[in-house]
Amino acid sequence: MRVQNRQVMNETPGAESFADHAKRLAQGANPQSDIVHFPEAEPLPLDSGSALAPFSIAYQTYGTLNADKSNLVLVCHALTGDQHAANLHPLTGKPGWWDTMIGPGKPIDTDRYFVLCPNVIGGCMGSTGPSSINPATGKPYGPDFPVITVRDMVRAQARLLDHLGIEQALCVLGGSMGGMQVLEWAATYKDRVFSAVPIACAARHSSQNIAFHEVGRQAVMADPDWCQGRYLEEGKSPRKGLAVARMAAHITYLSDETLHDKFGRNLQDREKVTFGFDADFQVESYLRHQGMTFVDRFDANAYLYITRAMDYFDIAADHGGVLANAFAGTKTRFCLVSFTSDWLFPTEESREVVHALNAVAANVSFVEIESNKGHDAFLLHEPELFDAVRGFLTAAARHRGVVFPDGGKV
Amino acid sequence: MKAHSVRPTDTTRVDLLLIAEMVTPGSRVLDIGCGDGTLLRILAEKHGVDGRGIELSQAGVNSCVAQGLAVIQGDADDDLAYYPDLAFDYAILSQTIQATYSPRLVLEQLLRIGKRAVVSFPNFGHWRVRTQLMFGGHMPRTDNLPERWYDTPNIHLCTIKDFLNLCDDVGAKVERAIALNAYGTKLVAMPLFAQNLFGEQAVFLLSR
Repeated sequence: MRVQNRQVMNETPGAESFADHAKRLAQGANPQSDIVHFPEAEPLPLDSGSALAPFSIAYQTYGTLNADKSNLVLVCHALTGDQHAANLHPLTGKPGWWDTMIGPGKPIDTDRYFVLCPNVIGGCMGSTGPSSINPATGKPYGPDFPVITVRDMVRAQARLLDHLGIEQALCVLGGSMGGMQVLEWAATYKDRVFSAVPIACAARHSSQNIAFHEVGRQAVMADPDWCQGRYLEEGKSPRKGLAVARMAAHITYLSDETLHDKFGRNLQDREKVTFGFDADFQVESYLRHQGMTFVDRFDANAYLYITRAMDYFDIAADHGGVLANAFAGTKTRFCLVSFTSDWLFPTEESREVVHALNAVAANVSFVEIESNKGHDAFLLHEPELFDAVRGFLTAAARHRGVVFPDGGKV
Repeated sequence: MKAHSVRPTDTTRVDLLLIAEMVTPGSRVLDIGCGDGTLLRILAEKHGVDGRGIELSQAGVNSCVAQGLAVIQGDADDDLAYYPDLAFDYAILSQTIQATYSPRLVLEQLLRIGKRAVVSFPNFGHWRVRTQLMFGGHMPRTDNLPERWYDTPNIHLCTIKDFLNLCDDVGAKVERAIALNAYGTKLVAMPLFAQNLFGEQAVFLLSR
């Protein structure tokens, strides 16, 4: 029996990986993004009872803020996303994760709207997270970073809006964990959200989703290079563990149909199976590639903390167990979007939110889009998603009477 | 209402214009079975109405939302229960009640969530329908009811008289009742039996 798997995770040469590692750390400490530092005297209170101080938020903007600051579209990123939504990524050199959605003439039209995409706190691209320096010790926080929640992320974003002097967003918009932030924004800051587009998300993280996250976290923590979370101090990185976590998670972002269409049982660069544990199948090779490229741009502890934040997410629980209570009295215009083949955040979970919003007679639209691409559909070319976002945003701008930077109106 | 055809884009559909006339400008409206959003558009543009819609077909919903209308995917049988009492000034159900599973429950829900309900439906008492069944001996097919018996979504067809009886049963007050002939002309100053014979469709404004 040929056992080749030991090499598999080391396909990226060591020297190169160190360079990538250094580049990633540099982005964390000094991102190619705008950044706001909130001083020690302005701490961010956290749901856990502790506080984060000082803290920073790195963010990207696209388009121009209009005179009365009424054209802000706040874009919230997903678990493994970052603020680079519509520009070339400084580490990967690839287009932003929502390049199809944001730009001149695109559904979130930067000729009309001022788009703001912040890196979540707990992240690793410039906002304060577990790889940031703990002022108490002068070393990276690592496992001493406080556990954060989605509401903490949103609270931090509200501080960013305060800093920018923007009272109310025309729209808060995002998919997956970004959608969770949108719902949290609408529940916590009712008056600051004129309209909201939660995409492919739910009002709470399901048991199954918590289970998948736990598998990922255990994979990271089982890697000896995790060093009890202090790998940065040790000059190490739990690349294998994080890659496995990413591989497991990546499966949940796709659908059986997508995997079958893309790979079937096709073999990777070979005529027949090798009777070993090499990547015989294309799907294995694909997942290994996904795992390895991910570790070049993401911090393992950030992955632990952010998955935890999603697990703790349960808006109804924060409002007496009744989801509708979270939205009582809301004036926000909502547009929920789900995808038929998304089994991570199935349509039913969006529909629960819709029913809660109906119960408070909120202004709500709900679009379920026929797609075989699974959860990832929200990041991909989905014309119906684009049409819904464009139409909904246009209506929101019309109802708010937004004057675009060029002086035009809807 | 498990299946029904998407409403035509024809903005001149008479019953829609009639319904729009019944709605007080600036009010809150829920249009159930809103199709491609024609009525919601008329109400918003001409009457400044705060309108919401429910539509069964995903294609209909997506096209409404792309036009900026507040519409969710759902149906009259299942989704009205989620709305609070008197959430709307008008709950509108046009050309849909005959396709619901439980017309009576749906009507009661309309009168619960809306201060007023507007219901329009094809009149199965129309003389063309009656003569086809009587002399042709087959299930009627008309311009209004084009599907064959085995592929029609209309599982609970009724006549104007039937509907009035249902209104009585649920304690609904008929504020206005209008029958339209095949040309979309209002049948006025006609006794009920004649309206039930010559009316091709009917529009009712109801309250509790």
